[in-house]
Amino acid sequence: MDLKDKLVSSFLAFENKVDVESYVHGVRSEAIKVFEEKGFPTKKEEAWKYTSLNSILKEDYSVFPKQENALEHRDVKEYLIHEIDTYNIVFIDGKYSSHLSRTTHDGMDVCLMSAALNKPKYRLVIEKYFNKAASKDSLTSLNTAFSSEGAYIHIPKGTIADKPIQIIHFSTGNESATMLQPRNLIVVEENSHVQIIERHQSLTDNPVLTNSVTEIFTRKRAIVDYYKIQNDTANASLIDNTFINQERESIASVHTFSFGGKLIRNNLNFYQNGERIDSTLKGVTILGDKQHVDHNTLVHHIEPNCESHQDYKGIFGDNATGVFNGKIIVEKEAQKTNAFQSNNNILISDKASINTKPQLEIFADDVKCSHGCTIGQLDESALFYMQSRGIPKKEAKALLMYAFSNNVLSSVKIPEVKQRINKIIANKLGVNIGFDL
Amino acid sequence: MSKYTEDDLREELKTKEYEYGFYTDIESDTFPNGLNEDIVRAISKKKEEPEWMTEWRLQAFRAWEQMIEPEWANVHYEKPNFQAISYYSAPNSKPKYDSLDEVDPELLATFEKLGISLDEQKKLAGVAMDVVVDSVSVATTFKKTLAEQGIIFMSISEAIKEHPDLVKKYIGTVVPQKDNFYAALNSAVFSDGSFCYIPKGVRCPMELSTYFRINQAGTGQFERTLVIADEGSYVSYLEGCTAPSRDENQLHAAVVELIALDDAEIKYSTVQNWFPGNAEGKGGVYNFVTKRGLCETNAKISWTQVETGSAVTWKYPSCVLKGDNSVGEFYSIAVTNNYQQADTGTKMIHLGKNTKSTIISKGISAGKSQNSYRGLVQVSSRAENARNFSQCDSLLMGNECGAHTFPYIEAKNKTAKIEHEATTSKIGEDQIFYCNQRGIDTEKAIALIVNGFSKEVLNKLPMEFAVEAQKLLEISLEGSVG
Repeated sequence: MDLKDKLVSSFLAFENKVDVESYVHGVRSEAIKVFEEKGFPTKKEEAWKYTSLNSILKEDYSVFPKQENALEHRDVKEYLIHEIDTYNIVFIDGKYSSHLSRTTHDGMDVCLMSAALNKPKYRLVIEKYFNKAASKDSLTSLNTAFSSEGAYIHIPKGTIADKPIQIIHFSTGNESATMLQPRNLIVVEENSHVQIIERHQSLTDNPVLTNSVTEIFTRKRAIVDYYKIQNDTANASLIDNTFINQERESIASVHTFSFGGKLIRNNLNFYQNGERIDSTLKGVTILGDKQHVDHNTLVHHIEPNCESHQDYKGIFGDNATGVFNGKIIVEKEAQKTNAFQSNNNILISDKASINTKPQLEIFADDVKCSHGCTIGQLDESALFYMQSRGIPKKEAKALLMYAFSNNVLSSVKIPEVKQRINKIIANKLGVNIGFDL
Repeated sequence: MSKYTEDDLREELKTKEYEYGFYTDIESDTFPNGLNEDIVRAISKKKEEPEWMTEWRLQAFRAWEQMIEPEWANVHYEKPNFQAISYYSAPNSKPKYDSLDEVDPELLATFEKLGISLDEQKKLAGVAMDVVVDSVSVATTFKKTLAEQGIIFMSISEAIKEHPDLVKKYIGTVVPQKDNFYAALNSAVFSDGSFCYIPKGVRCPMELSTYFRINQAGTGQFERTLVIADEGSYVSYLEGCTAPSRDENQLHAAVVELIALDDAEIKYSTVQNWFPGNAEGKGGVYNFVTKRGLCETNAKISWTQVETGSAVTWKYPSCVLKGDNSVGEFYSIAVTNNYQQADTGTKMIHLGKNTKSTIISKGISAGKSQNSYRGLVQVSSRAENARNFSQCDSLLMGNECGAHTFPYIEAKNKTAKIEHEATTSKIGEDQIFYCNQRGIDTEKAIALIVNGFSKEVLNKLPMEFAVEAQKLLEISLEGSVG
């Protein structure tokens, strides 16, 4: 039985366990129909031209984890940003781990999706926001159909979250292959501010497929900083769908750091439903082995006077493949839009490849839109310069790569996150730079 | 004159009918509508083609039958009914003329309206004309001069008869019969086109030029052009089009194949000004063209195009950089106005070492038109030191048009250097104000700015074309700026 049939047939069992009366029930039933009709995307679809899911779909994933697994804090400490005080929402094989988490209901809600879906007091918020930003494509629909657990963050009007929030998904690999479908909902009300760090981590080499959906709503003048750290094991695959619905004068930024995993697909979508909105999408990708990362971004400029900034850097070694597919749509009404997109890539191995497709679709005339895209190598003369001054070649190369990704790192607003990223990059490149950027 | 306002300009543009629209009634020898194997055979027979050519056409036809019309392009149009098209039409009196006196006088009048007097052309600038009216070439000039150098420049149907070896060797090598839907259709039913062969080491002394005209209601044109530049030769080839104005949509699916052997250079320039449909978007030509060139070692192919006409354009002149050190260039200006839709760009396929390609694309959209750039730069794993530079700029006039960019970049070699940049903007009010201040009226200012915007491409056109192209730009855009 292939994965699609398995998922469709297990939906009934899943749905029987939960409240049939609820609003979400209807949404889920609709969604499974969409998935059943469309199935998993294939390379024939334009948006999946360069990414094939075949290799990861053939595994026999267990869709519902059978047992609850526990982890000790010291074993997983290294995957947390533990240097600072944060709220933590930790999941182990898709199940909430109260032992590792630190949630709150004091002044704001940093808690669980399952609670939000089931408790009557959250009903209004759920009905207003749940599945309202997410697109109706097959993978997102699949997640919607099975949505039961994930992070639920609600920051009320005029609140600045006192510390960053970490959302971490561990998979223990206690079952031979696991499929996880976390669903996050983040609502940031007027004039509020929140910083969120998200990470998916597999602890063994058993295959894991994560199909995650995150919906973020930034109301008027809200500020959201979102950091995604993707540094998983060689058999972990991630399909990350993020939808950000912005209202006027809000500022949202998403930084994606992709350093590992078998196949990573980031579908990052920004919808600007108001004037004077600012959106930032940045990413650093450093890959080796046979890894594959696909960044698929969309910025939809709907109203006038908005800005968007995109900057993606990629370094590809070994047999790695990178894909960047960035789309900017500027609607007719969205005059005075400033939209920038840049995608720079370095290939450091003969077998690595990069496919990039930056797209502009513009229907308004008074706009400033540009995109740039380069593929190149490390500068030989710069390498020589450093080598002639006693810096070993390996370090010199690493320095150049650091410099290359610095544009993205410099806008990370949590210093500890920046340090962590630096450390991962240094590990990845096998050097010790001895300073922070 | 009182103040000439933008509204006046807009009004003038709206009422401006297609200047070159007219229709000459020449008695035509037209096939019944529809397409099947018999029609393909009949076309081949009519052209007195050898057996292998008929077979080749039939192969293409059979492949075409299996294919479906592509839908990926960013254009929307009513699909042509391929069974409602007549696939062959030729001017009735078609003896091979020795002098102009023998040519049908009505046809000559057509040329005159288009401003091409053959006599004048003969005297002018050394441009040899292979004039195609409804698919059959009726007059060829300067053949003799060319023949002295060993250059073969004739219609493809003549070439099939006179130089079967060359045609057989090269036709379909760059654009195979099964390449795509329209190429297959063209391969099956192509009626005529130009054939050009430049022998080894010869530098073609003049710009070769073909004027295409669509001149029979309901006749789709399927031109086939094959240009072969043998080792170390050079040729500059010009193609230009104007078409009669009419309501019925016309289909044009041409195939152009360029082959540049070692050290050869081909420069292929196009000015396309087919009827774009009237102000309501009615009528107009559908232009679905497959153009591709193959570069052997050290060869160079340069495409330059100025696209101002057609209701729907679907065109990607491409270069396959097969040989080491070969160079591909693509310079394009695409102007769309009213309801025109253009989806155009290029493909640069880097296969050889040290190959270079340059893409400069300028899109100008006005009215309610949609203008897309779609390009592919592909560097294969064996293409060491491949280099590409792409620049796509779009200019928007008015808020009802759209500009789109779909660049595909695929690199499989670490020594590849690829740059792509694209911008979209409008003509700045400050720029116009600056011109106005200095006594240049708005319309002239726009022409000036558009010309500046397109200069990089216009500069690449041969002299004769550059002037025409500049004029075309002005005509196409007059008054379309708010």
